[in-house]
Order: sequence, then C-alpha cells, then structure tokens
Amino acid sequence: MTESNGHNKRVMIIGAGIAGMQAALDIAGSGYQVVLVDRLPSIGGHMHQLSETFPTLDCAQCIMTPRTVDVGRHPNIQLHVYSEVEEIHGEMGDFRVRILHKAAYVNWELCTACGACTEKCPQAVPVAFDRHLEMPRVLRTGKMRHQGTGKAIYTLSPQAVPKKPVIDVEHCTYFQKGKCRLCEKVCPVGAIDFEQEPSVSEERVGAIILATGYELYPLEDLGEYGGGQVPDVIDALAMERLLSASGPTAGVMRRPSDGREPKEVVWIQCAGSRDPELGMPYCSKICCMYSAKQAMLYKHKVHGGQAYVFYIDIRSAGKRYEEFIQRSMEEDQVLYVRGKVSKVFRENDKVMVWGVDTLTGLPTEVAADLVVISPAMIASEGTRQLATMLGLEVDTHGWWVEQEDNLSPLETSRPGIFLAGAGIGPKDIPEAVSQGSGAAGKVLSLFSRWGGPPDTAE
Amino acid sequence: MKVSYFPGCTLNTTGKGFDRAVRASAAAVGLELVELPEWNCCGATFPLIVDNMLELAAPAHVLVAARDEGGSGLVTTACTTCYNVLQRTNLFVREHEEERDRINDFIEAEYEGEVQVKDIVHLLRDDIGFDAVQERVQKPLEGLKVAAYYGCMVLRPPDEVAYDDPDHPQSLDDLMAALGATPVDFPHKNECCGAYLAVREPEVTREMVYVILRSAKAAGAEALVTNCPLCQFNLDQQQTRIRNSHAGYQSVPVFYFSQLMGLALGLDATDYGWSRHYVDARPLLRERGFWNETPDAENGA
Repeated sequence: MTESNGHNKRVMIIGAGIAGMQAALDIAGSGYQVVLVDRLPSIGGHMHQLSETFPTLDCAQCIMTPRTVDVGRHPNIQLHVYSEVEEIHGEMGDFRVRILHKAAYVNWELCTACGACTEKCPQAVPVAFDRHLEMPRVLRTGKMRHQGTGKAIYTLSPQAVPKKPVIDVEHCTYFQKGKCRLCEKVCPVGAIDFEQEPSVSEERVGAIILATGYELYPLEDLGEYGGGQVPDVIDALAMERLLSASGPTAGVMRRPSDGREPKEVVWIQCAGSRDPELGMPYCSKICCMYSAKQAMLYKHKVHGGQAYVFYIDIRSAGKRYEEFIQRSMEEDQVLYVRGKVSKVFRENDKVMVWGVDTLTGLPTEVAADLVVISPAMIASEGTRQLATMLGLEVDTHGWWVEQEDNLSPLETSRPGIFLAGAGIGPKDIPEAVSQGSGAAGKVLSLFSRWGGPPDTAE
Repeated sequence: MKVSYFPGCTLNTTGKGFDRAVRASAAAVGLELVELPEWNCCGATFPLIVDNMLELAAPAHVLVAARDEGGSGLVTTACTTCYNVLQRTNLFVREHEEERDRINDFIEAEYEGEVQVKDIVHLLRDDIGFDAVQERVQKPLEGLKVAAYYGCMVLRPPDEVAYDDPDHPQSLDDLMAALGATPVDFPHKNECCGAYLAVREPEVTREMVYVILRSAKAAGAEALVTNCPLCQFNLDQQQTRIRNSHAGYQSVPVFYFSQLMGLALGLDATDYGWSRHYVDARPLLRERGFWNETPDAENGA
C-alpha cells in the first residue's frame, strides 16, 4: 500500500443510492479507489423504485441505468452489496472498517444471472422493493387471491446491478419447511448454496462518505388515514411501483384490493410531516412535487380519471417546479383541495376521504377508489447505530448533524467523514446528486492535499 | 379485587341505571367497587370558567380522597369524561411542580399524583380479564350483532388517556365478544358524537349521529354499545330528530356496556334504566330472549 504521510487515499461510501453513486463515480473517475457498501442486493437506492422524475418526466430507471452500470463495472469501484458495516475504527487517513456480507445462499461467482431460479420459484411473496404490495390474481379455479409481487429468490429488478439473486429466508419454502429446493434443481450452473454462511471482510480507507438515505414514515402509524387497514390506501413509493413500467402491474393502473382501474384517486399531503403532535415537525420537501407528478402520470394512464390532491400549501421551490405544478392543474386537470384530511375509511368498495376545504370553509367528502399517502421522510433504519459507531451526532429525528448548517453542510464533526444525500434531511434527486458530487469534491481535495499516488487494496 | 369508585354526577343522576349495572356487573366478576365516601365534581364542567384553577383543583381533590380514603391506590370510574379529567389532571400534577404547589395550596393537601386512575373497561380488560368475564357469563348474548362505539374521551389525547388504539379501538368489541355477542366493526367507532353541540347546534349533532348510526347499521349492527354517557345520550336521543329528517329511518337501540354485561351475567337487569332510553331497547332483548326481568319491575328507573 502506498501511503502519503500515513494517509490512505481510498474512500468508503456507505449507501449506494443516487447520492452515494454520484460520489463514487466522481472519486473513481479521478483515479482513486472507492469501496461502495449497500445493504440491499443491488445499487440504486430509492430512485430505482421510481416511475418517472419531476420536473422532466424522465423514466427514472432509464436515466439511472447508465449510472448503475458505470458503477458496477468501474475498475476503481469495489462493490459490497448485501453488506453492512459492523465496526469502524481509526481516524482520518486510517479508518479500518469491518463489513458483514450477508448470506445470499447463491454463489455469485458461479451465477450467470439467467433468472431461471426466480422464474421457477413457486413462492410469490410481498417484497420491500414493491412496498409489500399484494395484488389480486385470478386463479385457474376462478377464485381471486392476493399475492405478493416478488419471489422468495429474487433480484430487485430486471435492471439490477449487480444482477445476482438472493434468497429471502423468511419466505423460502425450503428454509421454512425443509422442502422444495426447486431453484437448486433448475440452476444450470449449480450456484444455489443453502449452506452459505455470512462472511466478514475488512477494508482500510482514509475517508468516509455517509450517504445513508431515507425511508418513509410507516403507513401503519397513520391510522387515521386507514394506513395498514385499508388495502387501497398506499404510500407514495407503492404508487411509484404501480406507475412504473417495470412495476408489479407493468405500469397498468390497478388498485390492490380488486385489481380494478381506479377512477377517483386522492393524494394526501403532509401525512406525518408538519405534524409535531403525532408525526414529524418538519416539511418533507419533495411530496408536493412527486404528488403532482404522480397525479399527472395517473391522468396520462387513466384519461377519464379524477385526481385530487389535499394540501396545506404547495411548496414548489425549485427550478421549473412551480411551472410543473401549474401544468398538472392546467393540462392534466388535477384538482387541488386546500385542506387537511381528517379521516379515511372503507365503505363498500370505496375509500371514503373526509377532509375540509379551507377555501370554502366546508367539510368535504370524496368517494375514492385509491388513496395515495405522502408520508414523512424519515432517516433510514440503522442511521442511529452507525452514528454511535462513529461517535457522530444525529438530531432528534435521526438525521445526520452537519458540522455547520450554513457553510459546512457536507462535513461532520469528525475530520475525514462527510455527508451526502437524504440522510441529512429530506431532499430531491438533483440536490442529492449535487451533494454526492460535493462530498466527492471534499474527499478529492483531501487526497490531493495528502499527495502521492492513489492507494489500492492490500 | 377492591378498587375506589368515583361515580361522577351523570351516574348519580340521569345515568343511575348505568351505575347500578356497573356496580352489579363488576361485583359479579369479582371487582369490588368502593364508592369514595365524599366526592365532588370531577371538574369537567369547570373549564367553562375563565380561571383554570378549579378545573384542576376539583379533580385533584377527588384524587386526594381516593388516596386517603380509598386504600387501594387505584380509582376507577365508569364515566368516560370523569376518567379523562381525572387521568389528565393526575398526569398534570405529576409533571408540573409549580402548578402542583398552587393546586395543593388551594385544596390544602399534599398530592403528587400517587393514585392510579383507570377507566373501568380498562380495569375489566387488564386486571379482571375478559376471559374471566367470559367464564362468568350465564346467558350469552348469542347472535346479537352489536357495534361498539368509543367516542373520544377514552382515546384522546392518546398519549395521556388511551388504553386502546385511538384509531382502531378494540376493547369494547372484545368485551362484547366475551359476553357472547357478535361485535360488528365499523369505521366510525371513534368519531365525534357531536357532544355539547347538541345544545347549541342540534342539527349538526343530529347529522353527525346519523352518519355514525347509518354506518353501524350498514355494517350489520342491530344495536350499538358505548361506555360514554354523553355519547349514549346523543346517539340515543338524536334518533328522535333523525326520524323526522331522514325518511324511512329505522331506530336502533344504544346500550351501555354494563347493561349488556349484567344481562349476560344473568343478573336481574330490571333497574338498569331502561325507561330512560329514547329508543326502547327492551323489545330487541325480549325478542332475542336476553331479557332478565322480575315480573313487577317492568318500569325500573
């Protein structure tokens, strides 16, 4: 290992979402080695789940696939997917990181990503990538059954990088009942390995970027909106999956309860956001925009449908964002109702939405077919543990605390550890990407100051 | 199990039947309710006064009595409003030292929130157990489809008073199931009953109640059951108005949980306040063979 004043010039990036990937590509492109860790089996983060992006209505997967492929095959990027950081010791210039590689129960060296295992797996299961949606399927007997949209051996999507399957032990018939092993029989290269054990490796790096991202406030905790109780009340990421051409309905608009095309759809803003009593006090920043986007996409698919958005106020601060909102109203006739929703419940095959229209001052009721909730964005699971491990601070809501809000938004209180993306707080794609590049710049400036040639793994 | 009992004004006046049913049913499942020897208003009507001292002093005074004269360290009530006021005052006293001193000066006591306040349904669920209630059932209310209605007082604010899921409460439903009845789930079990709007804006209350009752009936309920005296009054009494404003409306009885509990436990239910119901509940009970009566007491108070 070549070192400069004892400083190791490799970087570890935790989180391979759009911010982490951007940082990785920028640093790797400058000739330095990057170790990129993600706990999911493939990279891309939440952007991978999205249908299209605002304000351009680009297909999210189409614009990000070149990025994920670049990351996947870059000689300077070492990917550790399906892995989690267990321990971090040392300091700037000399961090030693212990990484746990979860057991995929598939030998990825042998696997050719032919997909036979997933295709033949008899176990349809609800999967996190599709927000645990269970969609109705008509069986040969004519009966309708709700089934999860994934399999017990899966890759996240057809465009996944790397595209190597893992077994979901909780749903796998063999792991649960001791019988099946169908994937093993159909695998042409013998890659299935039910005996695989988790393994551990250690990486030495000189700097770390935390790009740990966000998740959504649990739908089940929004009981007044029927969250977790009414199948046709879904969260915004589930709607992304239903709108996505690579989603469980191949982009055909269907609702989870009976598979019918929803004719009236209600979006509820600020569910758990701006709610200091029951949820989070902060604004989640992106919901106004993605709800307008979803409502437009819905209207493009269901021309005669009606889209309603219940909002407190519309926050569209961003380049061409306000124009986008206006377009949703004027070109796609999305109906905006200013007021909060008080209650959502099921009545026969409708989802009743009670709220108030604060412009008329009257209570209002919509008999909807589908309700899309915009839950608060919250820091991703494990952020707190990582903070403890690193001796870093998170705020009361679990977001990373920047060294200084105004002028050092990407630094932490520890030298050599930087931040990027939605782990700092709610933000949209362009901002996350900018921060990824920003954090990369911080790391590159360190490496350049340390001098000498780039380091490689020992 | 011996517990201090605070009846409150409603159960001592218009809700006497509710009170008798509560005491008899509790005794039948091994819950001995010892009425506080001296008690005053829980404080629920005091918030109308500008100075909020009485609003806190009145319930604090009750809590002191429960501590000094109850002996069990636990006070229960069957009035949901009293429960809400006593419970919240108790937490307030525990958490606000300065205000606590003011209250204590006022009522000439040293109280720091030592007593525990529990709604009686909470007590039946967690301390007696619905299983134990079920074992004592003599005449199960088989086939009675009843929608449990909770109102707001035992649910909100959740972090202070709720012993149940505030959005999807279940305790009364479970109690009904223990009594052999069939609880009917419906989306408005925690909706507002209109409360005191019944005085100022009766039409508003009427429509709020109508939505609740229509939904319960649509879900298959042939009766409603509640543990809140004000809800019972509104849900019951507003039906006399609803009949005039919604053509073809079919009335539905609204029970106190303790009335059904007493019946299922095989107790003499004649003095459970049946004549105070605006929608007579007795025909339904007789028709189903659930009516326990002594021949001469048909018009019990």
